[in-house]
Amino acid sequence: MTFDVVVEVRLRPGIADPQGATIERALPALGFDGVSSVGVGKSIRFTLESADEESARAELADLCERFLSNPVIEDSEITLTPVAS
Amino acid sequence: MSANVAVVRFPGTNCEFDVAEAVTALGGEPTIVFHDEVSLGSADSVVIAGGFAHGDYLRPGAIARFSPIMEAVSRFALEGGAVIGICNGFQVLCESHLLPGALQKNAGLRFKCGTARLRVESNRSALTEQCDVGDELDIPINHFEGNYTCSEETLAELRDNDRIVLRYVENPNGSVDDIAGICNEGRNVVGLMPHPERACNPLLGSNDGVPLMRSLLESALASA
Repeated sequence: MTFDVVVEVRLRPGIADPQGATIERALPALGFDGVSSVGVGKSIRFTLESADEESARAELADLCERFLSNPVIEDSEITLTPVAS
Repeated sequence: MSANVAVVRFPGTNCEFDVAEAVTALGGEPTIVFHDEVSLGSADSVVIAGGFAHGDYLRPGAIARFSPIMEAVSRFALEGGAVIGICNGFQVLCESHLLPGALQKNAGLRFKCGTARLRVESNRSALTEQCDVGDELDIPINHFEGNYTCSEETLAELRDNDRIVLRYVENPNGSVDDIAGICNEGRNVVGLMPHPERACNPLLGSNDGVPLMRSLLESALASA
């Protein structure tokens, strides 16, 4: 099976996010007064070949843990969508 | 007998010649080892020099960790060999799990470039054996992601086991507990953000890096 995968990597709660804080501070100058809790992360997109959804999820969990995120400071969220063949 | 120091160079490393120069000036024999090699040759110690290994893509050190030479470095470290990671090299050692924790963007989002005063907190490490606890050293820093962070448990372990080897006298980057450098359990692997190799000649404004680099050469000879 082929899957479209989006991995979102974001800083764990409690880890300082100076980029998010800087963006948040800049927004009122542009007239956006109601924005709070800004967080900056990464979005990584790719396609994956795997036998089924279960094996795809297992592989992706390992991939995120060992490479795409650093579990000391980052959480990752995986979204996968089967591609119709 | 002089110490053979392997200086690891990834694509994007830019401090390997500074390290080699400092090692030579102190009587050691540096060899620059490219990242796609699989052996450290006859090295007595290893320095992972600073720079931007693999462009710091994804995260600093994240891709360098998978370079072929890192298997040899890990083996060398696990066998007790002295391995020092300077700046980007510290980031590589954390990503490789040879040291705990991680380095995140500096508090305040500023690239820090200047001289930092460090206090030697432990002289039981491959990089600080020639120092006394309490020594203050002026060493250049040059980084954007030098803000050391780790879990509460890891921090407690580092403190309880005297593994925080260097602290900033004035914290420049937000590092937890003012940490500038730490070592592993075996005390042979040390990572630090400041650049001792750039402070080995009075012409450069400070030679406070000499006792650190000399410690490395002595550790190398001891394990040779």
